[in-house]
Amino acid sequence: MTNTMHWTRITHTENIPVREGRAVKVGELEIAIFNLNGRFLTIENRCPHKGGPLCDGIVSGTTVVCPLHGWRFDLESGMAVMASEPSCVATFPTRVEEGIVLVNLPVERTTRDSKLSDSK
Amino acid sequence: MKRLIVIGNGMAGVAAVEQILKYQHDFEITIFGDEIYANYNRILLSLVLAGEKSTEEIILNNHDWYRANGIHARLGIRIAAINIGSHCVIDDQGRATEYDKLILATGSRAFIPPIPGVDKENVHVFRTLDDTRALLKKARPGLKAVIIGGGLLGLEAARGLQIRGCEVSVVHLKETLMDRQLDLTAGEYLKRKIESLGIHVLLPKHTAEILGNHRVEGVRFESGEELEANLVVIAAGIRPNAELARDAGLAVRRGIVVNDYMETSHPDIFAVGECTEHRGQTFGLVAPLMEQAKVLGATITNHRGPAFTGALPATKLKIMGVDIVSAGSIDETEPDIEVLRYEDPGLGIYKKLLLQHNRLRGFILVGDTEHEHRYLDWMRTGADLREHRRHLLFPPQDADPGLEIADMRDSEIVCGCNGVRKGDIIAAIHKHGITTLAQLKRCTRASTGCGSCAHVCEKLLRAVVPDFQKETESTLCSCFPFSYDRLREIVRSQKLKSVQEVLNVYGNRKGCEVCKPALSYMLDMLWCGEHEEDRSARFINDRVHANIQKDGTFSVVPRMRGGVTSPAELRRIADVAEKYRVPMVKVTGSQRIDLLGIKKEDLPRVWADLGMPSGQAYTKGVRMVKTCVGTEFCRFGVQDSTRAGIELERRLENLYTPHKVKMAVVGCPRNCAEATVKDIGMVGQDGGWQVVVGGAAGKNVRKADLLVTVETTEQALEACMLFFQYYRENANYLERTYDFVERLGIERVRKETVYAPEAEKRKLLDRLARSKALAKDAWLEGQNPVHPTQFVQIQPIDKPALTTL
Repeated sequence: MTNTMHWTRITHTENIPVREGRAVKVGELEIAIFNLNGRFLTIENRCPHKGGPLCDGIVSGTTVVCPLHGWRFDLESGMAVMASEPSCVATFPTRVEEGIVLVNLPVERTTRDSKLSDSK
Repeated sequence: MKRLIVIGNGMAGVAAVEQILKYQHDFEITIFGDEIYANYNRILLSLVLAGEKSTEEIILNNHDWYRANGIHARLGIRIAAINIGSHCVIDDQGRATEYDKLILATGSRAFIPPIPGVDKENVHVFRTLDDTRALLKKARPGLKAVIIGGGLLGLEAARGLQIRGCEVSVVHLKETLMDRQLDLTAGEYLKRKIESLGIHVLLPKHTAEILGNHRVEGVRFESGEELEANLVVIAAGIRPNAELARDAGLAVRRGIVVNDYMETSHPDIFAVGECTEHRGQTFGLVAPLMEQAKVLGATITNHRGPAFTGALPATKLKIMGVDIVSAGSIDETEPDIEVLRYEDPGLGIYKKLLLQHNRLRGFILVGDTEHEHRYLDWMRTGADLREHRRHLLFPPQDADPGLEIADMRDSEIVCGCNGVRKGDIIAAIHKHGITTLAQLKRCTRASTGCGSCAHVCEKLLRAVVPDFQKETESTLCSCFPFSYDRLREIVRSQKLKSVQEVLNVYGNRKGCEVCKPALSYMLDMLWCGEHEEDRSARFINDRVHANIQKDGTFSVVPRMRGGVTSPAELRRIADVAEKYRVPMVKVTGSQRIDLLGIKKEDLPRVWADLGMPSGQAYTKGVRMVKTCVGTEFCRFGVQDSTRAGIELERRLENLYTPHKVKMAVVGCPRNCAEATVKDIGMVGQDGGWQVVVGGAAGKNVRKADLLVTVETTEQALEACMLFFQYYRENANYLERTYDFVERLGIERVRKETVYAPEAEKRKLLDRLARSKALAKDAWLEGQNPVHPTQFVQIQPIDKPALTTL
């Protein structure tokens, strides 16, 4: 099952307003989907710095700024921008079909229950 | 006494008279003007059209000036003829007035190209205050206006009409806007800017006919295309008014021919300004006219000597935020021309210098005109730039901003419109003890033309006057090339109503976490709800009206005015805390109760269950008014601080501010609720209140400054409100009151709030009332969110089968 990816239907495009992000939990994985004027991009919703919810950040061009301490990530590459040390968040291929956002997610993480894996 | 008549009450004629007044003279001066107004600044008419200035504000010399200098002003009278033989001028009523010396300052008029239909109703020109007034009368939202001519004046007229709500198209003959001043690239930048302002630009278009019966209905181009129009403004250039001189028999070609001393072909007659032709050149800019006026002043008062040898052509577009300067020759094809260029398409910056044998021949600046004066001076003096070649486009950074000013030579011209040199300004500052820009303007006329040198004048003031106070100018962030103050001025005057619009037109289109919230605040403060609220430009706290915590949960603080609560409220708070398993309930330093660790999706239900309004503890806005128990229970209290504090909170709650505003009201000088370290504090005294501002007890600790001492609670509340609104309007975003008060100085704050003229105070309070009337409890959005998924945890449509490990 390792490394298997699956295009997962997530939500209708209108649920994600322009230049904002929304968090969605799929199994143990929490993703943040952003709407850049009709172009949708997905990253893991967890800032590598202190775990901040990136979905709540302000979007600037193709980057998002973490609301907790201002770390900035490029939504296309996942790379931290102008950070003191290199850092990145996972990105997931995203496409829109018939008004629905689909994200290609790793099956292993989306089929595991976050609560159970947390309590391990 | 000799009789001097000046025909023309415009900028050049009156400037010449001002110069004459500087000399010992024995003239009895009469000025004839066919406009009815006192001398006004014609180059600022576009700002009147745009609503940025009132007609009074562009008056250069009011009627008192004429009286004080013994000048007869004969306004609204057109001179129809000059009788050189009998030394008199004849007005349109046939009356003759004799002269010993005559100055022709008849100016120029709009050139109207021979297009069929130009005589139709609603075809205008844009040249005088009356033209401007006529346009203002017609301009209304939705009106379709076509401007024929994409030069300086055409573009300024277009913007003015568009700000008034008209749908504006600019039609230009050439491929490039302002083609006489700009190259193709600069023209492209300008076109993009103009289009992003919402003005249509049609290039190259040759207008063949103006359509309509009596009234304009459209224009037809040579290509056959047609464009609907209810209003046409012709801005196709100017022509000197030289007919009067020609009919009198003076030498006239395109303009009235003058020599280097401003003498015409007749010894008693002189000419100045746009009506003249000097060495084959005619004029349309202010700077050369001022030079001519100086020369004429000397010649006519028997100080013949200074000569006019032509002037450097320099043009500046006056559309807020569209910074364009062009000067000198921009012809690249001249021999030995070297071209230096810099471009930043993101910020819309383009700079181009044309050098010839290490000397600057011309330049174009788009988007960043900071070094305009340096370049103009190099051109005027013909400086050899070999030494500067590495720093021509970007001067080396100075640690001390005063240095650049110190480097300027005394002979360097600061105000190009009025020809005021650095040395003149320094001398005036010392001689007259000038401390403000307004005084400097009155005294030297510097920056009273187009106003673009105001920042240089300010730098000079700062360098020379030890206690000169002026807001520090720093750009908000790298998304904009403007300071916060200037940006606010742009947003206000250009009536911009959405963050993205400001970014698209004046910034890098993207914006960042610094400027987006700042612009959101600015729009809300300026337009009080008439703007387009864009939640994507807000920090998360202002999207969900709660304070984000380190784990991504939120804290909830209900409003408890004055820190006063009730058993029923406390019971509801306790119920909410249990129902939502709130991990921590905490009493804050602001006399409020904080519920910490609440999930975003629970916020609307928590608010509803609390049944209390938002305490705004998450935002840059009114936080709270802390109070002591005052006369109600305290045996020392001398004022009813609790009631006054609750009232203060009621009056200001739900409003947003540049940074958080914490307040306190105490009933006696024991200061139990710490009013003297709050942004705004009221300290009860026996028989009155002290209102204090700019205090802090956070990262910085600062004792508040006394704003005013008053007798009644109502007066104290009003003082708080005046300061509050003044801070809202004038502070930089994220500038706390303690920095704001220090930056401006408490004396200035007092002068502009509690000691301001009644009318000014009224305006501040009215604007506050307008904002307050539209301010709502943010938690009402819990039932009616701006976006349907704002508080909803989105569930994936596909739910992959969960496997337990």
